[in-house]
Amino acid sequence: MSVQLAGGSSRRVRLTYREAVRAGMRHALSADDRVFLMGEDVGSYGGAFAVSLGLLDEFGPERIRNTPLSESAFVGAGIGAALGGMRPIVEVMTINFSLLALDQIVNNAATLRYMSGGQLEVPLVVRMATGGGRQLAAQHAHSLEVWYAHVPGIKALAPATVEDARGMLLAALDDPDPVFIFEHATLYPLEGEVDEEPRPVDICRASVRREGGDVTLVTYGGSLAACLAAADDLADEGIEAEVVDLRTLRPLDMDTVLVSLGKTHHAAIVDEGWKTGSLAGEVSAQIMERGFDLLDWPVQRVCSAEVPIPYAKHLEDAALPSRERVAATVREMLV
Amino acid sequence: MYSAAKIHGFLHLYIGEEAVAVGVLQALTPDDAIVATYREHGQALARGVPAASLMAEMFGKANGSSRGRGGSMHIFDLARRFYGGYAIVGGGLPVAVGLALADRLSGREGRLTACFFGDGAVAEGEFHESLNLAALWELPVLFLCENNLYAMGTPIRQELAQPDISLRAESYGIPAEPVDGMDVIAVEEAARRAAIQVRRTGAPLFLELRTYRFRAHSMADPDLYRTKDEIGDWRQRDPIALLEARLREAKLIADDDVSALESDVAAELDHAVGVAEAGPFEPVEDLTKDVYGRSAQ
Amino acid sequence: MPTLGADMSVGILSSWLKKPGDTVQRGDIIAVVHTDKADVEVETFASGVIERMLVEPGSEVPVGTPLAVIRESGEAEPTAASEQEARLMISPSARELAHELGVDPAEVRGSGPGGRIQRKDVEAAAAARDPARPPPSAPRPAVAPQAPAAAPSADDRGAAMRRAIGAAMSRSKREIPHFYLGHTIDLSRAMSWLTESNVHRSVSERLLHGVLLLKAVALALRVVPELNATWQGDEVVRHDDVNIGVAIALRGGGLVAPAIRHTDELSLDELMHAFRDLVTRARRYSLRSSEISAPTITVTSLGERTVDTVFGVIFPPQVAIVGFGAVVERLWVSDGQVLPCPVVSVSLSADHRVTDGHRASAFLVALDRLLQEPEEL
Repeated sequence: MSVQLAGGSSRRVRLTYREAVRAGMRHALSADDRVFLMGEDVGSYGGAFAVSLGLLDEFGPERIRNTPLSESAFVGAGIGAALGGMRPIVEVMTINFSLLALDQIVNNAATLRYMSGGQLEVPLVVRMATGGGRQLAAQHAHSLEVWYAHVPGIKALAPATVEDARGMLLAALDDPDPVFIFEHATLYPLEGEVDEEPRPVDICRASVRREGGDVTLVTYGGSLAACLAAADDLADEGIEAEVVDLRTLRPLDMDTVLVSLGKTHHAAIVDEGWKTGSLAGEVSAQIMERGFDLLDWPVQRVCSAEVPIPYAKHLEDAALPSRERVAATVREMLV
Repeated sequence: MYSAAKIHGFLHLYIGEEAVAVGVLQALTPDDAIVATYREHGQALARGVPAASLMAEMFGKANGSSRGRGGSMHIFDLARRFYGGYAIVGGGLPVAVGLALADRLSGREGRLTACFFGDGAVAEGEFHESLNLAALWELPVLFLCENNLYAMGTPIRQELAQPDISLRAESYGIPAEPVDGMDVIAVEEAARRAAIQVRRTGAPLFLELRTYRFRAHSMADPDLYRTKDEIGDWRQRDPIALLEARLREAKLIADDDVSALESDVAAELDHAVGVAEAGPFEPVEDLTKDVYGRSAQ
Repeated sequence: MPTLGADMSVGILSSWLKKPGDTVQRGDIIAVVHTDKADVEVETFASGVIERMLVEPGSEVPVGTPLAVIRESGEAEPTAASEQEARLMISPSARELAHELGVDPAEVRGSGPGGRIQRKDVEAAAAARDPARPPPSAPRPAVAPQAPAAAPSADDRGAAMRRAIGAAMSRSKREIPHFYLGHTIDLSRAMSWLTESNVHRSVSERLLHGVLLLKAVALALRVVPELNATWQGDEVVRHDDVNIGVAIALRGGGLVAPAIRHTDELSLDELMHAFRDLVTRARRYSLRSSEISAPTITVTSLGERTVDTVFGVIFPPQVAIVGFGAVVERLWVSDGQVLPCPVVSVSLSADHRVTDGHRASAFLVALDRLLQEPEEL
């Protein structure tokens, strides 16, 4: 981690995405006694993705709690602890394993406030790694964020930048509702510059990561890099893509998408989930409903192939959205 | 009221199991938390949730305990630390573990979380995960299994390869005790002892309360899986009748007291129905309120 | 579009001599085409009934472009059903743009899949048309090699617009017998009233002298209403509404003249606001088609350019155009004294088929009188 002084009072630091998440947790744990972390191997192991490395030593075993392999129990315990006044961070190792806790998430976390007539509050934060691209095969490569984004009562965030990795966690801990944060596993080593002082970021708005007037690329999480790379490739051909990072998957900020569409009249959504029943489908439907007259071309989707994600590298690369596929899709739209 | 179509959906009666709720609740303080199942009317009433509030909830009215949002299976009362009301069998156990964890982490010693569930839950994964976690982390949960011998329509012997439920709890290192769930005094005694220990040690305990429901699983259940004889036998041990007999024998109550009690209860129920009937329905415009505590600006 | 010379690649359709529904025989002259060299009559090689025109007058199209559809005798009349079958394939955004630009989608060639009309097709159609229409929105840069044709550049569009304007002006001069009247108006009273009046206004609300002129023109038209008319087919139709088209120069060399509706009924402040709004939107290419097609008369002013007088060319189908020069200080005889006064030169170009010098001069006299009582405007 290197420190540079910028002009003005805020110092800037260079962090990796994983360091940023850790910094966010450290900041929250220091600032608020109600915050604690629990999950598999978050203690002495330092976390499956090394995110919680060092936190056990700093905060002790009461607040950095290693759990047995019992997703349903420890996510549910997170719910109960939140009901009891704590601000738990539950780390589920990956979205694949979170399936074991779906009963607690969908039947309890999402419903308790509403079902109790507004009496109960579940200020729970659940973080999980997601996505493919590391040759871990079908049971370790899911991108099921859309299932969470489907459920009223929970919030779903997808930080794609170092700043969001840190700031979204802080914002989520401040939120009275259950918040699910999806960290694409390939992003952990990503480097970026942020202010030294951790602070929460907005979790209601999408962000335009790159401006352009010819096509709007809507994406989130691990697919942002492919979109930016495709945009560079397209720029060499004179096509300027505007890249919108959704950042929050529920609630969706369609206003930002539509403003962009008003400029470009062409939209493609890049989503690592499978195309059928995808989040891209939701965004496309909303564009159709609210931005029909802006469209000069049908909305396109670039998603994972309809296959369980394969192990062999060339097959996995072919299955996942890539910069080449994104660029090719855009070219077809602007013919 | 259900047959008069004032109450809809699923309704699970507690009749026959009253001793469990009443006995256990005697051992709890207002600071303790309670997690129950969809068959929670007994616990709710014993906790002090007003019958009118319960009735109104079942009528779907806005003056119900959950504003009509939950119905019979989802009674919540935050002020009384009554945390529901869960329709998923076993779904409340992890939540109970979490409530106990919160007490532990915030240093609130001497409090416990009472977690009710049925024999059916004992086969669910969440049961095992929760007991394991509570024992591992030494959390002040009082696990209360209401073993009424049937998981919906399936008798326990067809459900559990190891039907000794207390044994299962002990396999997690949680001391467990079977209790005669039809005898309210026995229940209360066992519950008090257990509660004292949980408060003192901060570690979980398990009570298996052997009871029986006289009515079907729910209003939708034709109860074809039990014999009339069996039900008749258990009715001989009706907990209310048992208590009444004991009190009469000890000359603590007589006919007048019983009639007075009965008319008090009848009056309370009439009142409850009246309040429920009179209650308003939540305006449809409020449909989307309280999905979130904070919405996007 | 026929080829009328070995080196001809494009032609401008100047005018149609027939209309839809007319029966034509092989050899009939149905249109006039303008090339670099001359205007040429075009004959049809088909006999039958003209179903519809595909190209608007003033449009420049490549040689070989179909100009009209003729239903040859023996073919069935298009029924409602078959017309419906030929559903227009046009993207929602392109349809919106066509409406905005006043382009008929049915007359646009679609370059998208299945012949779908896209925004760029509508833009191209609008650019190739006569001048009282705004040019399209900013173009995209040239696309990848597979694309059938590169999108036109900004330069191309400016040039296309100038050509279209040129075509329309030629036509105007060819068809309309113009005559011209000139007059000089003493604006001393008007300008001093204006200065006085602006003292009470914030900078953003200040009136320009141009709105005084516009209002005066609008009111003067009530005196000589035959100047507030347009040709519709063979007839001249007088309009009750006075919608003055204001000529606005665009960067890149274009010119548009959108209308301020009911100019005679607006207050000076309202007029100022409307004028400013039109200029802003014209320069942003976001005028509404109703504004483009609405003017009943046009006012042009080269005041900023400090030229004394401008003799405008009438915008068909209007019958007159009023031109103002710059307001200049000149020595003026007033009440027997020679004084420097602010004066403006006004010209009226009018269609001699519709009016004459006698009537037209009444207009200028009325205009002068109105400008002597600025407080009444």
